[in-house]
Amino acid sequence: MGHGSGGKLTARLVEQLLLPAFRNPMLEPLDDQAWVDAGGARLAFTTDSYVVTPLFFPGGDIGEPAVNGTVNDLAMGGARPLFLSLALILEEGLALSELERVIASIRRAAEAAGVQVVTGDTKVVDRGKGDKVFVNTAGIGVALPGAELSSRRVAAGDAILLSGAVGDHGVTILSQREGLAFGGEVRSDTAPLHGLVAALLEAFPGVHAMRDPTRGGLASALCEIAGRRRLGVEVDERAVPVHDGVRGACELLGLDPFVVANEGKLVAFVPEAGAERALAALRSHPLGREAARIGRVVAEHPGFVTLRTPIGGQRILDLPYGESLPRIC
Amino acid sequence: MAIRGTVQGVGMRPFVFRVAGACRIRGRVRNDARGVTIEAFGAPADLDAFLARLEADKPPAARFDAVEVAPIPAEPAPDFRIVESEGTGASAELRVSIPADLATCPDCLRELADPANKRHRYPFTNCTNCGPRFTIARGVPYDRPLTTMAAFPLCPDCRREYETPTDRRFHAEPNACPVCGPHLTLLAPGGAPLADRDAALRQAGRALADGKILAVKGLGGFHLACDATSAEAVATLRARKHREEKPLAVMVPDLDAAEALAHLTDADRELLASVERPIVLARRREPSPLAAGIAPATPLVGLLLPYAPLHHLLLAEAGRPLVMTSANLSEEPIAYRNAEALERLGGICDLFLVHDREIETRCDDSVARVVAGRPLVMRRSRGYVPRAVPAPARFERPVLACGAHLKNTFCIGLGDAAWLGPHIGDLENLETTESFESAVARLERFLETRPALLAHDLHPQYLSTAYALRRAAELGIPAVGVQHHHAHVAAGMAEHGLEGPVLGLAWDGTGFGPDGSSWGGELLLAGYAGYERLATLRPLPLAGADTAVRQPWRVALAALDDAFDGAPPLEALPLFRGLPPAEVELVRRMIRGGFNSPLAHGAGRWFDAAGALVLGRARARHEGQVAMALEGAADPAERGAYPFRIDDGRAPWELDLRPAVRALVEDLLAGAPAPAVAARFHETLAAAAAALVRRAARERGGLPVVASGGCFQNARLAERLLGNLAPDFRVYLHGHIPPGDGGIALGQAVVAQAVSTQDPGQRPGGRRS
Ligand SMILES: [Fe+3]
Ligand SMILES: [Mg+2]
Ligand SMILES: [Zn+2]
Ligand SMILES: [Zn+2]
Repeated sequence: MGHGSGGKLTARLVEQLLLPAFRNPMLEPLDDQAWVDAGGARLAFTTDSYVVTPLFFPGGDIGEPAVNGTVNDLAMGGARPLFLSLALILEEGLALSELERVIASIRRAAEAAGVQVVTGDTKVVDRGKGDKVFVNTAGIGVALPGAELSSRRVAAGDAILLSGAVGDHGVTILSQREGLAFGGEVRSDTAPLHGLVAALLEAFPGVHAMRDPTRGGLASALCEIAGRRRLGVEVDERAVPVHDGVRGACELLGLDPFVVANEGKLVAFVPEAGAERALAALRSHPLGREAARIGRVVAEHPGFVTLRTPIGGQRILDLPYGESLPRIC
Repeated sequence: MAIRGTVQGVGMRPFVFRVAGACRIRGRVRNDARGVTIEAFGAPADLDAFLARLEADKPPAARFDAVEVAPIPAEPAPDFRIVESEGTGASAELRVSIPADLATCPDCLRELADPANKRHRYPFTNCTNCGPRFTIARGVPYDRPLTTMAAFPLCPDCRREYETPTDRRFHAEPNACPVCGPHLTLLAPGGAPLADRDAALRQAGRALADGKILAVKGLGGFHLACDATSAEAVATLRARKHREEKPLAVMVPDLDAAEALAHLTDADRELLASVERPIVLARRREPSPLAAGIAPATPLVGLLLPYAPLHHLLLAEAGRPLVMTSANLSEEPIAYRNAEALERLGGICDLFLVHDREIETRCDDSVARVVAGRPLVMRRSRGYVPRAVPAPARFERPVLACGAHLKNTFCIGLGDAAWLGPHIGDLENLETTESFESAVARLERFLETRPALLAHDLHPQYLSTAYALRRAAELGIPAVGVQHHHAHVAAGMAEHGLEGPVLGLAWDGTGFGPDGSSWGGELLLAGYAGYERLATLRPLPLAGADTAVRQPWRVALAALDDAFDGAPPLEALPLFRGLPPAEVELVRRMIRGGFNSPLAHGAGRWFDAAGALVLGRARARHEGQVAMALEGAADPAERGAYPFRIDDGRAPWELDLRPAVRALVEDLLAGAPAPAVAARFHETLAAAAAALVRRAARERGGLPVVASGGCFQNARLAERLLGNLAPDFRVYLHGHIPPGDGGIALGQAVVAQAVSTQDPGQRPGGRRS
């Protein structure tokens, strides 16, 4: 864990090391994708690397998130994903059959997402220097008509919509990796979201911003917006869908489902006027059947995300730090 | 003559004035930074008499810590005068001119009960010896116009009292009477007034007797009150307040009534009746007239005596002990404004007994108990705040120390004193965080200061740390991170005015260690500017991090797994027979795989684990519940102990309790009674702590010993540590500064001061090597 778990340490790394080194107007918003002007064409551009242990898990393998993650990062900017690059770093000794399975699922995922893999690279590293397969993908997309999405547009009064239950992917991976078996069945939610996004934007193009709550979970996505935009976020704890299996597993493991990773969910910040239409559009799509309005953006308590708990208090939802540090003295 | 101690805002100056008159003394008296200074001129015999009477007849709330007498040149003073506050901000006197709230004095009580007196049954009577202070202050200097009493212009009678130096209400800022002062109103949950003044009081008393739940506005906030002898009322209150098992405080009219409910020592009685009027934990008498739901699963009960006239009157009306618990939903700050109370407590209360004197500053009841024959404050708030703590070294610049995450208090260091703020609570809610920020702003205003240095815990996820870093950035000032246990020990040093170095035992639940693990079983060689970690407890993995704290069976499992090399006799232990095997297996995998199982050295976790094992208690409904139950269960006469090892082949040395765990399990399997096993566990930890100290002293010399951290609220542990170290060591336990995280801000402040004035080469981390 440490710098890699999508919490405060990662945020610090980005803001103190990376942003100062490369500062430019396209990087600056630190959205999931950058909008670039390439010879007159406005393109969405993103990249992501995938390290998943284990490679195979209920609901998929590393191949799907490698495609869907990048597709989703483009989609969150209101882009239609078109092309992907694919770079593989293979550890010596990896079984060919395993690699074939991963490639097959990459192909399937790309087809399902309507993107083509148009360039790539392969490297092999010595045994012990990698974790079977590392995948990097970069993606290019074009803007969907009428959409203009950026975290900078998020404003007090926005409704916050979530496309479905949180925590499925993260808990699935953990249960496999740690050999921890839980009562209820849990499956990864990995899915390409561009179709859901297209349906949403068609119903209401005025969506302010979207995030896919991957590493660091829903909490990270919300804290990031609250922190960067100096706005408050209020979430109604009961309104956030969490599957029973995930809830139970999180209780046992001492994890907060709000900080566990998702691979097929989106959070949308929508002006109140379009909130109901947007929610209806999400719910009518197969990937958004469990969509819910979970809270709103407020001008009060800038920088803080609060959870209204069933007994009425407003618990402060903090960014995960990287690893669990007990606070009860 | 300089008198130090609790001598301001307690009627000291008018008292000195009167005694001077009686003894034919001329001169003057004034408040200064640390107490009062008297310049007295008169015949030698008169001066002796004067001094003797000052000590003998001092006001009930006054406490003399030191009286220094020195001759001064004679002066032809015409009379004796009270020298008033002069100047503004810069003067040390103004900084301390807001006293703590004081319990109603005997004179005022007599008037309250006297049908001929105009303040008969008047719930807001007070005098220079008693009444609200800190909670009504809006600014400095502490004068009526800058209190919430400004809304009540004095009637001619009250004004005369206020202006007459010989009157016991001379400059009693909240002076009031039924003609000019505040009044009671009884409200329905929607806010509709039901009755006023005495009728409100009588109706409230009847409602309590009928088993109703009332919100009662007191000095520092609202209480939720109900009949403490009614199981039904108590159960209803718990259900509505979402407070499952945490003990509820019980208010009784006087010491006799307290005696009827609990076994009290003289020290307990003195603490109960002290002007600070804390909630005092004492052993409940059995059988008890109190509802069992008052304090389930502990032999202790928290009692307090009335501290405002309203409480005296209400108890008399209700005619029974009353639950008086902070009016809030679980873990939220205490409600303190009428409108806020109506809004937040509507679902809890049947009636609201309110008044029109506003509370300016929230201040919860303080909590204390007697340990080793002396008072130990566990929660320092109303009655103690804002009393200053003398600083071990002058603060070269104003320091704001932001405290811990739970049981938060903060501290401002300024000049030669430090001020701990009121109990804020757990910084997990927005409401608490806001209450923290506004309390900080208010104390800064009272002290007319702004920090030039911030101090905070090293834990990156404490909201107090986040606040400190944000504030430091805003003000462009440095922030010093202070290791949690170093701060605990420094708080103990500061409380006792020790210069250091000391051997500091810091035993608590968890605190962030610079190595990324949780510390909490530490023996530090500590000064203010740094520390060396001499010894610690062999760590245990906490499966699920804070989840393991709420489910101590997980810690017990980790301890057993370690002690029995992965093959503990779980099936034979009642604790594990009651748990789902799949869950136990999962947690075992977490422990062994290190998944979300951070390592913790905390001694507090060992008390949890032992409590779970010995009492068969898998879960703690509130923090420390199982550990406290273990202390409560321990047989006072049992002196046996289990073996332990000190591994001194490494640095820091490691206290290894695996032999103790094996012996304890053997005891349990042999059917030893829980009270004996609980006692032996306490004896073991006290002996181990003492052994570590003796081992350290052999190498580092016989230094004073400071015992700090939440574990030393455990009377058995503290008392047996003293027993084991006597007579070879001077051991300092906490007194009025909490050993738990409520005292940590003081330690942060003094450490930050010391670290910031060290030469830069030594500064980082504050570590001495
Ligand atoms: Fe602590
Ligand atoms: Mg990404
Ligand atoms: Zn009085
Ligand atoms: Zn009056």
